[in-house]
Amino acid sequence: MEKERILAEVQDIFRDVLDNDDLEINFNTVADDVDEWDSLSHIQLVVGIEKHFGLHFTSQQITKWKDVGAMCDDIATSI
Amino acid sequence: MYTLKEYKRACKQIPTIQGKKIKIALLGDSATQLLATSIKGECILRGYNVVLWEAEYNQIEMQVMNSKSELHEFNADYTIVFQSTHKLLEKYSLTDASSQLALAEDRLAFIRLLCETIKGRIIYYNYPEIDDGVFGSYASKVQSSFIYQLYRLNYELLNLSQEYPNLFICNLAGISAKYGRNVMFDSSVYISTEMILSLDALPYVASRTADIIAATEGKFKKCLILDLDNTVWGGIVGDDGWENIQIGHGLGIGKAFTEFQQWILKLKNRGIILAICSKNDEEKAKEPFEKNPEMLLKLDDIAVFIANWENKVDNIRTIQQILNIGFDSMVFLDDNPFERNMVREHLPEITVPELPEDPGDYLEFLYSENLFETVSYSTGDKDRTKQYQVEAKRVSLLKNFTNENDFLKSLDMESEVGGFNNFNIPRVAQLSQRSNQFNLRTIRYTEAEIAAIKSNPDYIDLSFTLSDKFGDNGLICVVILKSINTNSAFIDTWLMSCRVLKRSMENFVLNAIVEYARQKGIKYIIGEYLPTPKNKMVELHYPNLGFKRMEKANTAQYILNVDDYKNKECYIKRK
Repeated sequence: MEKERILAEVQDIFRDVLDNDDLEINFNTVADDVDEWDSLSHIQLVVGIEKHFGLHFTSQQITKWKDVGAMCDDIATSI
Repeated sequence: MYTLKEYKRACKQIPTIQGKKIKIALLGDSATQLLATSIKGECILRGYNVVLWEAEYNQIEMQVMNSKSELHEFNADYTIVFQSTHKLLEKYSLTDASSQLALAEDRLAFIRLLCETIKGRIIYYNYPEIDDGVFGSYASKVQSSFIYQLYRLNYELLNLSQEYPNLFICNLAGISAKYGRNVMFDSSVYISTEMILSLDALPYVASRTADIIAATEGKFKKCLILDLDNTVWGGIVGDDGWENIQIGHGLGIGKAFTEFQQWILKLKNRGIILAICSKNDEEKAKEPFEKNPEMLLKLDDIAVFIANWENKVDNIRTIQQILNIGFDSMVFLDDNPFERNMVREHLPEITVPELPEDPGDYLEFLYSENLFETVSYSTGDKDRTKQYQVEAKRVSLLKNFTNENDFLKSLDMESEVGGFNNFNIPRVAQLSQRSNQFNLRTIRYTEAEIAAIKSNPDYIDLSFTLSDKFGDNGLICVVILKSINTNSAFIDTWLMSCRVLKRSMENFVLNAIVEYARQKGIKYIIGEYLPTPKNKMVELHYPNLGFKRMEKANTAQYILNVDDYKNKECYIKRK
């Protein structure tokens, strides 16, 4: 799947988990850019992404991501 | 089952729920923010006005032992404590062999301290199993093994909950056994957040926790209404005949219905009232009960049996009128989705589980629903079916009398009046939790609180039984008077079982109250009515009994002058 497509689906998950339908993210978005994105909602995003794409991240992967782009890269290599 | 997202939304909303405020404290030895959101959300979605206070991470001991802590200041109605197996295992791993041997004992000593320090009710999660594999199966023979200590701890928790009536064990181990540790625990969630429970586990745990709170607050099931064909037995009795329905052991689906009936009987013996609501000819519907030797349920087990071709909504309304209990205390089981939807639509308060299609799955599904949570049990509960059958007889006798007083006289009623004692305290507490309609102030008391009232000289505790020529209703009325000054007493509690309405019992009870008041030199008795959605029937209870409204009070308070009181007429003899 191309990365843009992944980003679009990840954005839907962000909107759902963070309960914000107007949220726009891009590859450079980091947690500080999004109000609702804290450590607790981060894990909910992770579980949401895992369920949506049917994959499982390792604990190291989850803690390593520096922005949404890194997240999408890991999704792209896992599916 | 709600989702985490629904919980989060419920917590975000501006509170609109009226009614009694319930204060919940949550303490954990792992990250509990999402558990807090889930429990609070679950309670809000069930209609409770909750305030939740969450302790900082891993502060359980400090909060409990320091009498000036936020926990003590908060003064919770329910203190929920989540000490995890994970952290217990960590503690075990870091100590020497002799401390390992005392692992369970140490933890139990702390829980004991918890029970003696915390004023309200405590909900404590037991410990789901983690087999650390250090001893393999040989762990059973080694008392210092983690497995041995864990089993011991869980077993002793049961005993502790019997010793301390304010301690309620939430069976997290049972939830874990049902859904599996791989669902309950997610290592990446744990590594990145310190949360022991996976996101998927939260709704199960929150729901089971709220079940205990709801039951304590008086919301629990009293009656199970059953369809017959393909619910209680396999096949259609009207087509197949009583001898050919599928029931009984051996190969095939019959065994699923046999085991289902075993479960129903256990519920009945616990005090759940059984009713039948079936589209059938009555005679045909009763034949399996009377003739099929494989049937475990007998007609005697059923309090109300309705089989006809009317719609089930009306039939369930009839059952409700005979039993005189709320729709929200009833569960309706039917294999037919059409009937289920029809009942749900017209009687939204009744619980209608979405039974799985395969009868072989009924039981596992029903186990997971935890429909029959309770916070009390007394051995008299199992006689309840008989009492309702007797009530049906009384109703038919009443029809023969045109004058109600003649009917009451003909019943030869007797009542035994006494205080609370070790024998009746469980029943008194149970009535205080169960009674909704004839309950003037709807204050719920646990056994421990009732025992405390009994030994407090400021209170006068009264209990009443009622028997008549048809049978014994047992303890059916509780009155608690609190002296507020030298010559006045306040009626803290006056509640009666709805089984004994319209029997002149309230006159008899007031005569007894006044008699005790005179003995104690009390001149004024003050009663109060606190409205709830269910107790409208006693709104005018005090004025009807001759009390005068106290104009200055903010609530509906009434006063009775003992000196002016003349005994009221009733047809009940004192035993």
